[in-house]
Amino acid sequence: MNLQVDLHEENSVQHFKVVGEIDAFTAPVLREKLSEHPVKEGMKAEIDLSDVEYMDSTGLGVFVGYFKQVKESGGQVKITGLSPRLKRLFDITGLDEVMDIEAHKEDKGGFNDATV
Amino acid sequence: MMQPYDYVEIRVPAKAQYVGVARLTISGLASRLGFTYDDIEDMKIASSEAITNAVQHAYKDDEEGEVVVGCALYEDRMEIMVADHGQSFDFEETKKSVGPYHDHEEGMFLREGGLGLYLIETLMDEIKIHHDEGVTVFMTKYLGGEQVEKDVETVSS
Repeated sequence: MNLQVDLHEENSVQHFKVVGEIDAFTAPVLREKLSEHPVKEGMKAEIDLSDVEYMDSTGLGVFVGYFKQVKESGGQVKITGLSPRLKRLFDITGLDEVMDIEAHKEDKGGFNDATV
Repeated sequence: MMQPYDYVEIRVPAKAQYVGVARLTISGLASRLGFTYDDIEDMKIASSEAITNAVQHAYKDDEEGEVVVGCALYEDRMEIMVADHGQSFDFEETKKSVGPYHDHEEGMFLREGGLGLYLIETLMDEIKIHHDEGVTVFMTKYLGGEQVEKDVETVSS
């Protein structure tokens, strides 16, 4: 079980791409990777979770912590690419109302449910 | 009358790297019973939360313990028990001694578990917690979400 985090900067937005499973074992790795890029005043970060196959409260904890940290320095964090499963996790914990999240693009438009 | 069930027990070191291993086993068993994809994903999260709690508990106490995960596969449901105290448990005996979950009484566990316990409650159909030498979390998921007749023996405490 692995977790990979890649970072690239585009239009002064930090893009984190997370791939793999986020649980008790990999969450510390994720936290460390996020902190490798120091939180700066007014920074903008986008975290893409479209290739995250599994996540539980350990992952939510990391994102909440990071979100608070960035917010305190007047920045913004957006979490993107949420699968219906991951979206549900944010919904039932009420974090969808606190954090800026976006479902996976395939679930948003273009295709509708009728394609199944 | 006790319903027949198949029982599978796994013991893993109380280390974070084994949470995923236990999760995979539970996923396989749930799939064997015919749970839907969403139910299986719910059970993976709920059981991981309980196992993570057990692992973190052991880690804090600097113990080199084991986490015991017992799964009972019935025709209409799966019961999962997670114990953070190394000794193997008698599934039937332990099941009798776990009481219903009370928000306030379990404040301690809630603090330690944070969001975890809330997720277990939300994702499973039933949850019971027992404190003795350690913490035992007992959770149930019904096939097809059906909870027709819960012939749960009344726990006198």
